[in-house]
Amino acid sequence: MNRQQLLDLYYLEARSKLIDLAAFLDRLDRAKGESDFRLNAFNQALEQLRADSTPRVERVLAVLSDPTTEPIPAATTKAACGAWPGK
Amino acid sequence: MRYIEPHAHMVSRVTDDYQEMVVAGCAAVCEPAFWAGFDRSSADGFYDYFCQLTEHEPKRAAKFGLPHFCWLCINPKESEDVKLASDVIALIPKFLERPNVLGIGEIGLNKNSRNEMKVLEMHVDLAARHNQLILVHTPHLEDKLKGTRLILDVLRADSRIKPERCLIDHVEEHTVKMVLDGGFWGGMTLYPETKCTAARAVDMIELYSGERLWMNSACDWGVSVPLAIPYAALELRRRGHSAEAIDRLIYQNPKRFLSQCPKFKLPDAPL
Repeated sequence: MNRQQLLDLYYLEARSKLIDLAAFLDRLDRAKGESDFRLNAFNQALEQLRADSTPRVERVLAVLSDPTTEPIPAATTKAACGAWPGK
Repeated sequence: MRYIEPHAHMVSRVTDDYQEMVVAGCAAVCEPAFWAGFDRSSADGFYDYFCQLTEHEPKRAAKFGLPHFCWLCINPKESEDVKLASDVIALIPKFLERPNVLGIGEIGLNKNSRNEMKVLEMHVDLAARHNQLILVHTPHLEDKLKGTRLILDVLRADSRIKPERCLIDHVEEHTVKMVLDGGFWGGMTLYPETKCTAARAVDMIELYSGERLWMNSACDWGVSVPLAIPYAALELRRRGHSAEAIDRLIYQNPKRFLSQCPKFKLPDAPL
């Protein structure tokens, strides 16, 4: 598909997601209290969106990933939270 | 349209889901062993679960003319307890001859811990000793990149394992290339929030040719869509893929991988 066709297919959906992101960040700004490592990672990932070259998606996923290489001593939880706490 | 659902946790789904899948063109469903949402207290709980996967669930699917296959293991989410995992793995060989068992899965890692690695190696050894196909779960979210690398290292370290007989599931853009470059198959899981949307799955298919890729819904007891594959087929159509190309991705590809197990036999499904 060419760029015009892809814009026809996905622009409104992407626009909606972009506005949702803006609203999410405004909501956080209005709220009281401390944020945590997830917002830091989120902001770093947002910077990747402004890059001029692909693959942005791989770089965003990398920013949100554990960069270490060794197994952890023990699993203390089953859940993932979507960003690396940096321990 | 016909398709194979290669990864669905049907024990967690209502019977209506079977009906809707068949109406949408599902020709077979494959169910990897999974975490129940709570930790089972003993190996006896797994014995019952394996009976459910090999006896009860095929009957439930058969009411709609749908062939049901399964994979057996202790899921990585319950692999921190190595003693329990050893007891469960010892149960598996007696189930491997059952007619709907395709192999060992979904094994892998969850939080990338040392004990999870030990249990993964035990499963890989079990699969190698019994010449079984392997279905691998890769970790969620921030743990996926590291976990996928560790898993591939374990598989490559065992010379008995053939990459073309291993499916590495839940790949995303940052892991798909290493999986395919290693000669493995890759699975893309279509979830509403985590893992992969249909549009992103189609991106990966277009970037990597789709020769060794399949898609699945991985529907379970969480937020998930049992008809995710038919919806992804619609996305492929919107992106200009032909009916033949769509059939290759959602029916012929999973059939080609799964047919490496001689028990995976399907009646001819209409196009």
